[in-house]
Amino acid sequence: MVKVIIDDIEVEVEPGTTILNAARQIGGDVVPPAMCYYSKLQGSGGKCRTCLVEVAAGSTADPRPMPKLVASCSTPVMDGMIVKNKTSERVYDNRAAVTEFLLINHPLDCPICDQAGECHLQDLGFEHGKEGTRYEEKRRTFDPIDIGDKIKLHMNRCILCYRCVYVANQLTDKRVHGIMHRGDHAEISTYIEQAIDNDFSGNVIDVCPVGALTDKTFRFKSRVWFLKPMEASCECTKCAGKAVVWMFGDEIYRVTGRKDKYGEIEDIDGKTAWICNECRFDKKDKSQWNIEGPRVINRHSVIAQNQYLVDERIESKKLN
Amino acid sequence: MQENWTHKMSISVTHNSTDQAEPQFSAEKMVEVQRFINHYPEGKQKSALMRILHLAEEEFGGWLSVPTMNYVAGLLNIQPIEVYEVATFYTMFNIEKPGKVVLEVCRTGPCMLVGSDQIIEHIENKLDIKVGQTSADGMFTLKTAECLGACGYGPMLQCGKHYHEHLTPAKVDELLDTLRKEHSDK
Amino acid sequence: MGRKLLLEHIDVPGIETFEVYRKNGGYRSVEKALKTMSPQNVVEEVQASGLRGRGGAGFPTGMKWSFLAKPEGVPRYLLCNADESEPGTFKDRYLMEKIPHLLVEGMIVSSYALGCNQSYIYIRGEYMWVLEIVEKAIAEAYANGFLGKNILGSGYDLDLAIAPGGGAYICGEETALIESLEGKRGNPRIKPPFPAVRGLWGCPTVVNNVESIAAVVPIVNDGGAEYAKIGIGKSTGTKLISACGNLVKPGVYEIELGITVEEFIYSDEWCGGIANGKKIKACVPGGSSVPILPANLITKTAEGVDRLMSYEGLAEGGFASGSMLGSGGFIVFDEDQCIVRNTWNFARFYAHESCGQCSPCREGTGWMEKVLRRLENGQGHMHDIDLLAEINKKIEGNTICPLGDAAAWPVAAAIRHFREEFEWHVTHPDEAVKRNFGIASNHMPLV
Repeated sequence: MVKVIIDDIEVEVEPGTTILNAARQIGGDVVPPAMCYYSKLQGSGGKCRTCLVEVAAGSTADPRPMPKLVASCSTPVMDGMIVKNKTSERVYDNRAAVTEFLLINHPLDCPICDQAGECHLQDLGFEHGKEGTRYEEKRRTFDPIDIGDKIKLHMNRCILCYRCVYVANQLTDKRVHGIMHRGDHAEISTYIEQAIDNDFSGNVIDVCPVGALTDKTFRFKSRVWFLKPMEASCECTKCAGKAVVWMFGDEIYRVTGRKDKYGEIEDIDGKTAWICNECRFDKKDKSQWNIEGPRVINRHSVIAQNQYLVDERIESKKLN
Repeated sequence: MQENWTHKMSISVTHNSTDQAEPQFSAEKMVEVQRFINHYPEGKQKSALMRILHLAEEEFGGWLSVPTMNYVAGLLNIQPIEVYEVATFYTMFNIEKPGKVVLEVCRTGPCMLVGSDQIIEHIENKLDIKVGQTSADGMFTLKTAECLGACGYGPMLQCGKHYHEHLTPAKVDELLDTLRKEHSDK
Repeated sequence: MGRKLLLEHIDVPGIETFEVYRKNGGYRSVEKALKTMSPQNVVEEVQASGLRGRGGAGFPTGMKWSFLAKPEGVPRYLLCNADESEPGTFKDRYLMEKIPHLLVEGMIVSSYALGCNQSYIYIRGEYMWVLEIVEKAIAEAYANGFLGKNILGSGYDLDLAIAPGGGAYICGEETALIESLEGKRGNPRIKPPFPAVRGLWGCPTVVNNVESIAAVVPIVNDGGAEYAKIGIGKSTGTKLISACGNLVKPGVYEIELGITVEEFIYSDEWCGGIANGKKIKACVPGGSSVPILPANLITKTAEGVDRLMSYEGLAEGGFASGSMLGSGGFIVFDEDQCIVRNTWNFARFYAHESCGQCSPCREGTGWMEKVLRRLENGQGHMHDIDLLAEINKKIEGNTICPLGDAAAWPVAAAIRHFREEFEWHVTHPDEAVKRNFGIASNHMPLV
């Protein structure tokens, strides 16, 4: 085990753990935001630069500070490393800059975006964004397109985290979409008109940190905070059948995987509980699901603002 | 000066996939292809992709159509999307059908210092096209390129595998005439 | 005349052929190394030579070699970076075009030193005709027993092949080069792990510039200590400088590191002064990504001492009043050139070449390009100048690879040294569109 200090809090972690994951073991606001890193997707991370942190001391053996901020999602900890995240002004400064970079070409169409309320870029903008923009140029625009009959791609909103590409590589047998072109005109595309059609392709929606990939079966149906997220399960031959169904009254408006507080699909019985397209897109009838009870939602989340019944389990967790 | 690369964004994301007959390398070229693949260890045949794309562009009309890229994907036993990703990343590959002759004028700093802007303007006027367009007779496509490594010999342009350096408007005229003659019967 | 180590025989007719090259002492280093030296001996000679990477960063080559991991049973690779695309740099092309066997010879000796049995030369796709020249040289080397199995009966095997690029500056970054060589998009990898541990196909890999590899040949022939005698301080040996811009004699020159900048620009042996009898306005001494120097800081440092052509000499004064030797792309601007236009041109280059992987570079380079274009076209505001300075500070150091820094430095330096010229573009929008802004025409009304 190696010892590392993050924002004055000491934690012991396995050698090879990244700074971000060490911070997640501490939890709370010590954890840097991550727009592209996704612990369940191998090779993800390093690209968005929102998780940059300051390393005030490299290790016990070499206590020199690192000159540049480092990407906490891809830098492994060393014994005796001292990391500054929320205690570093430089980190906040640069995180604000990254937020600005991510927003200059973003359409800011939250009022009509299905992702609003559970969008990581929205959270990031709330924490680190400025009121106005200094960007006077024309924004880069693309037309929204369908990739498959159930998935909508709004390239304008994309932050090029590459998560959906990793999903296609790691969850499906044949990837048909990817990153085309380069620089600030890089885009997610299938290049030729082609449907992303695979039992697990719908997971690109769950991993998308913004509203670039959205569920067409839920498009414009409701704001997420008007819905009640319920844990539900079903007998499914393709996936574990453990999902969250988002309900309005007795109606199921949409189905998603069960996401943890970092927006990542939870592990259930040691396996990441990705759900299949049939569960996600086709099972919209209450009778198809065994509703287990309300989903625990962070009380600071906008989704909790319209919160309904107080769940006993939440209460019991509070007491413990 | 017109910006051609910003226009690239507006290229439609969908491409018609039925606009060309099935491409096929000749037996002679297949030997080349195999030689390129043999440069790499077993199972790493994807590494030959760029070399084969250059060859494919040369063989199949000076550009990479969707059938061409799918064909190359098949040769290397990789997914077509892996070829599309690469072909769109690297600027040398034409993913739109160009004219018979593609002129790429270097526009970067050192060439600009010695007059590349004037050369571009001259060609634009001469062919009555803007950067990124093809002349009405389908002969010439004018593009600009970033630094081609001929900084001391500028202004310059690349045409196929050839560099034409120390350009002047008179030399450009001469070059265009020669190229027109060379390619008019093809 | 300075000593020539790389270009000594460049003017010998037919030097591109194996026969002529061999007659002029070619492939001696292969014989010497394979027959009389252990791989470790070769590494030690390179370390003793003080050779620093000629691609731009100037990292000691011997040290880079010593970092190469050597796990049992895993192949190691040497890759030659011939993806020369830094604006102002054309030395590698010259070397490969004129004397390709020097590179092949260097590759054999270097591969032997590192214990590689398969090496690749990654040449930018635009140099397709150069690729054909080098490929021919490789074929000749095979035919004469310098490549292939059991080279010169030493028991050492080496295969050498060429991989072409496809038009991407970013592939000059070593991990992007590796990705590209694997047949992928040229997206730089996140480091660590470094290529010396996990590079091509996950195996330990060294990536060296063409000129660095070529320099190994004289180092092995004459010994590292002999090589280290040339040059000054930590800048040992000779360096190819590709001089361009408004010079009387632009071209590739081999200099002994440590000559003065003044001599290099004005002496007839080298560039022969500024073209058309004009005055010098500025100079970018190491390829487009290094800071620009204004006229008063080119031949003298801020302390008034003669500036030298060396890693340390050009960096004298730090970024405040110095620059870098970089890749040796020496770009000279005469008095008629517009710094704003040039800065925009370079910003456009970097925006065009950004791979788009990480957000500060993808969005920031494009943003700077747009603001600079507005300034150049007379649509700028005073606050744009500070905005540019702010943007480039936020790109620098925050990106995956050094392209972000390379894009930020020229803009920062141009504003630092030529702020009034930027301001003039804001205050004189109409004139800014109509003409360039140079020292001679400074504040004079348009005729």
